[in-house]
Amino acid sequence: MIKRGLFYRKTINLAVTAASIMTVGLALLFMGWILYTVFDNGFRCFSWAFFTEPTKPYGIPDGGVANAVLGTIFITLGAVVIGVPPGLLGGIYLAEFAKGSRLGNVIRFSANVMMGIPSIIVGLFVYALMVYTTKSFSGLAGSVALSIIMFPVVLRTTEDMLMMVPDALRESALALGAPRWKATLNIICRAAKTGLMTGVLLAVARVSGETAPLLFTALCSDSWPSGYFTQPTSNLTITITEYATNSPFPEMHARAWGAALIITAAILILNISCRLLFKDSKHGK
Amino acid sequence: MENSNIINHQPEEKKSTKISVRNLNFYYGAHQALFDNNIDILEKQVTAIIGPSGCGKSTLLRTFNRIYQLYREQRADGSILLDGENILDNSVDILELRRKVGMIFQKPTPFPMSVFDNVAYPLKLHFSLSKSEIVERVEKALRGASLWDEVKDKLKKSGMALSGGQQQRLCIARAIAGEPEVLLMDEPTSAIDPVGTLKVEDLIEELKQEFTIVIVTHNMQQAARISDYTAFYFQGKIIEFGITEKIFTSPANKQTEDYITGRFG
Repeated sequence: MIKRGLFYRKTINLAVTAASIMTVGLALLFMGWILYTVFDNGFRCFSWAFFTEPTKPYGIPDGGVANAVLGTIFITLGAVVIGVPPGLLGGIYLAEFAKGSRLGNVIRFSANVMMGIPSIIVGLFVYALMVYTTKSFSGLAGSVALSIIMFPVVLRTTEDMLMMVPDALRESALALGAPRWKATLNIICRAAKTGLMTGVLLAVARVSGETAPLLFTALCSDSWPSGYFTQPTSNLTITITEYATNSPFPEMHARAWGAALIITAAILILNISCRLLFKDSKHGK
Repeated sequence: MENSNIINHQPEEKKSTKISVRNLNFYYGAHQALFDNNIDILEKQVTAIIGPSGCGKSTLLRTFNRIYQLYREQRADGSILLDGENILDNSVDILELRRKVGMIFQKPTPFPMSVFDNVAYPLKLHFSLSKSEIVERVEKALRGASLWDEVKDKLKKSGMALSGGQQQRLCIARAIAGEPEVLLMDEPTSAIDPVGTLKVEDLIEELKQEFTIVIVTHNMQQAARISDYTAFYFQGKIIEFGITEKIFTSPANKQTEDYITGRFG
């Protein structure tokens, strides 16, 4: 066999490295570009009124997005309250009690399928379930739609995080004579605490930018979100859609950029804090 | 069967039997790991189980508190009598069994809570004690594990912040806090440094005044140093069992001799 020359190997090596770096650079370029555009356009409309006044009807040039920010917080918190507990419990079941069982596999598979369902379908489903039957859009319906999207995400991350807890810890809790449920709650979940919190935060970040499911459920409103349970509820993502696509007024386009900046910054902060949280726990504190 | 007469190697000394294993077979799914084991563990003595990796030493230990039941494909048949009661019987209160039979693992497993709470955990599980009684018993257990002097000023610190050797003694304190009768140790020093190992070995010497100890070890010098009786395991069978000194100086079996002289394993 003829050995390829050193020069040849070095050239190939260099080419592959350069290609990888360029691809990464491309991804970073677009991310930077998006962030720059959003920040640049968004900052321009930031003002005191932008954060304190509610949205105003078409044709009125002033107004803010305070009600939409509040509405998004309501809807997302509602989704956390509805979606996180079953997600956590389901994940605990999968990781601790259903190892290798048929039912466990079915649940895991279903959760994976659920994660792949387009969010607009979830919106339609909740529309048929809640909006159509009650004849009213509501923030609550929006929360239900988002919670359906969160549930499988929380379930799978919970399972993954609990699986990372070494069996030795499980065994040593049980070896002391702890009943299974106590060992799970007192020891295993506590050991995986930061991981579980990270999973929840990531799920929140995932749904807080959703638009499609809210289109059929929470809709949009110019009032404060006091009618969360029974009336259309203002939120950031639908406001962005409305202002950016349906409105002919440049002030509204500007406010859509502002709203986009708020939500981008919020998700960025959520993601970064997840990172920091998880990093800290890895260094064993 | 060449191994079925191992009971005859029983030490003559008059000591009462704490655990008596009869015709024990153990399976990991379809794979059989223990074959017709018979062994008597004497009260308040240190019994060492030695043998090459995968010979079934740990498997045997894990039947004594039925911790293997965590895994659904593992099962045991035969009988294990603890003070005359068959612990493999389904009617046995498994939580009480595990209070009576404590276990120390290869890697220290402090719980993610304070030193104090680690030791108080089994107390809260099994007894209803007042706060002062708990404080008292935690101190007693930590003293029992020769750890009190090192941690008395950091009881509120996380158990995970201790050194490896200290963590292992914390686990021993936790295991003895519930006042068990038997302590199972699965290679308790293989993951800690020599100084920590020495302290744990000294501790085992003291603990045998109160507890029956069964220790699995890879380290033959350790077995020779700390145990009263030694069982040599090979391929799921007990090849030889007897007084440690005799096993190490004049083993009756060729395989035992080969193993302890380092010819295999």
